[in-house]
Amino acid sequence: MRRIESVFAKPAHKALIAYLTVGYPSIEATLELVPALVGSGCDMVELGIPFSDPLADGTTIQRASYRALQQGVTPESCLEVAQELRQKVDSPLIFMSYYNPLLHYGLEPFCCACAQVGIDGLIIPDLPPDEGMELERLTERYQLDLIYLLAPTSSEERIGLVAARSRGFIYLVSLSGVTGARDTLPAQLEGFVAKVRRITSQPLCVGFGISTPEQARRVAKVADGVILGSRIIEILESSDQPALAVGSFIKRIRDGMTPREAANGM
Amino acid sequence: MADKERQKQGLRTKKELPDELGRFGQFGGRFVPETLMSALEALEEAYREAQRDDDFQRRLATLLRDYAGRPTPLYYAAKLTEHCGGAKIFLKREDLAHTGAHKINNTLGQGLLAERMGKRRIVAETGAGQHGVATATVCAMLGLECIVYMGEEDIRRQSLNVFRMKLLGAEVRPVASGSQTLKDAINEAIRDWVTNVDSTHYLLGSVVGPHPYPMMVRDFQSVIGREARQQLLEATGRLPDYAIACVGGGSNAMGLFHPFVDSEVKLVGVEAAGVGLDTGKHAASLVAGSIGVLHGTKSYVLQDRAGQIRETHSISAGLDYPGVGPEHSYYKESGRASYVAVNDEEALEGFRLLCEKEGIIPALEPAHAIYYTTRLASQLSKEHIILVNLSGRGDKDLDIVAQTLGVHL
Repeated sequence: MRRIESVFAKPAHKALIAYLTVGYPSIEATLELVPALVGSGCDMVELGIPFSDPLADGTTIQRASYRALQQGVTPESCLEVAQELRQKVDSPLIFMSYYNPLLHYGLEPFCCACAQVGIDGLIIPDLPPDEGMELERLTERYQLDLIYLLAPTSSEERIGLVAARSRGFIYLVSLSGVTGARDTLPAQLEGFVAKVRRITSQPLCVGFGISTPEQARRVAKVADGVILGSRIIEILESSDQPALAVGSFIKRIRDGMTPREAANGM
Repeated sequence: MADKERQKQGLRTKKELPDELGRFGQFGGRFVPETLMSALEALEEAYREAQRDDDFQRRLATLLRDYAGRPTPLYYAAKLTEHCGGAKIFLKREDLAHTGAHKINNTLGQGLLAERMGKRRIVAETGAGQHGVATATVCAMLGLECIVYMGEEDIRRQSLNVFRMKLLGAEVRPVASGSQTLKDAINEAIRDWVTNVDSTHYLLGSVVGPHPYPMMVRDFQSVIGREARQQLLEATGRLPDYAIACVGGGSNAMGLFHPFVDSEVKLVGVEAAGVGLDTGKHAASLVAGSIGVLHGTKSYVLQDRAGQIRETHSISAGLDYPGVGPEHSYYKESGRASYVAVNDEEALEGFRLLCEKEGIIPALEPAHAIYYTTRLASQLSKEHIILVNLSGRGDKDLDIVAQTLGVHL
């Protein structure tokens, strides 16, 4: 069983997935933060490869990407970070990258390198399945999961397309918009998850905008996983002891996701 | 491959491209977040319906004539021709179109399309401000809400156009991220569109971006080449030997080239070499770039060794873009068009020449094409004809030209 699949095979367990921009605030910080995230209750970590033109991202991740690029982070150095992290954690590690850096690296060399360092999957926000044939072939060959996204604007036809082609899980974008912490999630969120659920039995993880334990609880009630990104970067921006601060945030989120009865019983 | 054979390919491909996936050979496509995929599908469908709708076409033709002032003249530049001492130079006077540039051809078309789709909110990006002004103009006329994203660097160097957009009722939103130029304004416009996709049409200003934009903008701009072809036939009884235009994103060039693709006419796109191709400070994606994906399309881009998009430089804000339309990349690869680069200093020389020899102040963008045209014309005999697209007028650039010449206004 692949690592990502095994996370969703745990009975009655909701996945908690955290995003970090590699090299923000520094490479050393990323190497320290990922084990802290896993130790605090994260099931998987998305490692963001910074890109100069992150058009699906809001200001928080734009800032982090810019800082990381200024420090010279490249796809090459992200692969090195992943290799080092693989010695420290057993959880699935997923690269989140825009398409151009991968294309420029060479799709096959990149997939091959991912497999070698122990990366489990790829999320490419600007690569819909319509354009993903070649990368799908390569990720299959190197046993990587290519995770596609769905949005509230996706038609039933597109939900069917993504459901047939996504591997590992499907990333549901909670709202029409870019990444970034939001005070409220859309009222239609449950309806959106249910609509996708009717079409596919793949695991469904929801991201974009989630920033509080209450929001995570609401999402965990209907979805198989919760994805957190911008809020984590915000904590890194404002804390003197980022690993501690992020760790305690993740614990609160994990507590929020656990059903009350189970929490009481412990 | 022989030239003839290439041109035959051009002939075959003209009607067929892009294919149903929005590809021109290996270029083009739709590399966008899933949130936008349904909107792009709906836009393509609405556009194809509008193409078949006689009422839509009539309304567009009427506005192009009565509002934009088409057809724009074709002008034989006798003094410039004499100065060069070679090929005859004809200027397609897009600078005389309403708002002072070719951009209005596309904004009228897309404005009507947005209205037809029931989208009352328009977002657009702008570099030099010409597309922003043309968008604000059409939105004012059609009663649509208009938001224009513009890099802070561009706002500084094109303050007059910022004021024009505001007078026309548009909101100009400064973009402070990245290089603060056109590419960042496009990022921000796309982010706005992703957020407000139900109510909003993204009125993209060039033959770039995801399918169907490169096809749609090309079609709306092709009026340039169709008119020029007919006008030149009337004036000289034949087609030109060369058709030349500047290329940033490439909309004025594609508009000029496309109606000639099935002919023997040599097509030349002129990119911005900025301070010089060897300095890295330029915007010549086709001449000096490599294949990549930017703003939803696969095309030639300027990128570093890690696949990060590079910052560009050109004296002309309208050419200051690290990508280019996918159909141009296809023309480059198939050999149907050739692409060259002209630097800032040479563009200023072209600017000055047209002012002095013809009494026409060109925008700095077509000044690149003018410069290349004068060099080429002087190497050709008098029987040759060069058609060059004078895509915009130079009023907006007077500040920057004065600055460069050390003149205080």
